[in-house]
Amino acid sequence: MAPLAVPVVVAVVTRGIDYVYKASITILLAVMLLAFAAPKASAAVLADDRADVMYHSYDGGGVTIDGPSVLVRKKFFNNFSVTANYYVDSVTSASIDVLVSASPYTEERTQTSVNFEALYGSTIFSWGLAQSDENDYAAETFMFGVSQEVFDGLTTISMGYSLGDDTVSQNGRDDFERDVDRQSYRLGLSQVITKNMLVGLSFEAITDEGFLNNPYRSVRFIDGNVTGTQAERYPNTRTSNAGSIRSRYYLPWRAAIHGEYRYFTDTWGIEAHTGQIGYTHPTDFGWEFDFHVRLYSQTEADFYSDLFSRADAQNFLARDKELSTFTSSSIRLGATYTLFEHGWSFMEKGTVNIFLDRMQFDYDNFRDLTVHLPDSGQSFEFGEEPLYGFSANVIQFFVSVWF
Amino acid sequence: MKFFRLLTLACVATLMAGCSVQPWVKPYERDRLADTIMAFDANPVSSSYTHHVYEAREGARGAIGSAGGGCGCN
Repeated sequence: MAPLAVPVVVAVVTRGIDYVYKASITILLAVMLLAFAAPKASAAVLADDRADVMYHSYDGGGVTIDGPSVLVRKKFFNNFSVTANYYVDSVTSASIDVLVSASPYTEERTQTSVNFEALYGSTIFSWGLAQSDENDYAAETFMFGVSQEVFDGLTTISMGYSLGDDTVSQNGRDDFERDVDRQSYRLGLSQVITKNMLVGLSFEAITDEGFLNNPYRSVRFIDGNVTGTQAERYPNTRTSNAGSIRSRYYLPWRAAIHGEYRYFTDTWGIEAHTGQIGYTHPTDFGWEFDFHVRLYSQTEADFYSDLFSRADAQNFLARDKELSTFTSSSIRLGATYTLFEHGWSFMEKGTVNIFLDRMQFDYDNFRDLTVHLPDSGQSFEFGEEPLYGFSANVIQFFVSVWF
Repeated sequence: MKFFRLLTLACVATLMAGCSVQPWVKPYERDRLADTIMAFDANPVSSSYTHHVYEAREGARGAIGSAGGGCGCN
């Protein structure tokens, strides 16, 4: 496996200039060294062969997105496995951004990915490719990763690197095409704490360079009595860092509680906290229920404003609600039914699953401009519009088969 | 550079120490950890979709996974 890893290591070395990246390289080299030098006392295993067919649906904020996702994972030659995923988003959008500046539209995004894994002792090497296409955005991503079990399987250390190449275009402008280069560096650690408790730590640094704003979106300004709009203007670079901790605890009866926290910060001035806590309860009748609550909050980007004081008020301008200050919450109810626990034909097990999420987004400084539409029947001064918020329902229905 | 060297040293020391550490949770004590309800990512097709839903609507991104199964149940 070493020859496969060398070009990636070299690529990382030539680009890495920050301590974080150097640390990633260090751990990768250490893991590879250990993979070949350490006694093979314990052995990792590749994930089970399985196939999943899912229908997903998102409905909220004037946007409806649904489609299929198919994932198949299969081992071969004992120490290798391949995973393939085909995913489609069929979008019908009449979001607030669309309503105030354009016409509702429909589009489709298709994503395909393939990932290979190779097992060597207690080390798993993985590499893969993903491709995403829609009518005004194309993305290609190459991934490489390695994970290593140590401490007799009590600890799993992993790291990964991704290199993405996106192409941004604009409907109605054939001459418009911009690039985005993206790199991601991931470190992970999964640790057995007790015979009832697992903890996972994860860190990821992502860098973007290129055309990072939406070519359709604009900001608004008011200068005395003059109001107007102009195109958004983002920095050409962004670097973000995120660290998370998650844990699962097996209760005295057969059930588990799980929790997760993530801290995020980036060079655009966004700081975000994500927390989640949940409970998983299997029954003796083939059913398993999962419930969780997730809370999220973030601060605005340095160059975000709902209403600028004049045209070209600053070098960078944004009025994207995803860059504003807001909070969101979501609740999930999930149910899984095991079809044939002891196998049937070539299948070892099958499950039918339905997950329902209810999400709520509340914006602190993004105002609802639909009140200015002719048919709204409302009248507000510029900058005095009500704050925007919306709820969404998410449905996942999927069938899984292990074989 | 000092930080980088210290980190290198710490990583190598930690990993090499793994060769001699005795497991404090024995293999025969890991049946609960191997239960499917303890999996961090029991349904990859669902978790990748869920992350996509959030990432498209939030400014934050990354650090959504963890290292493999990690229960050491083999």
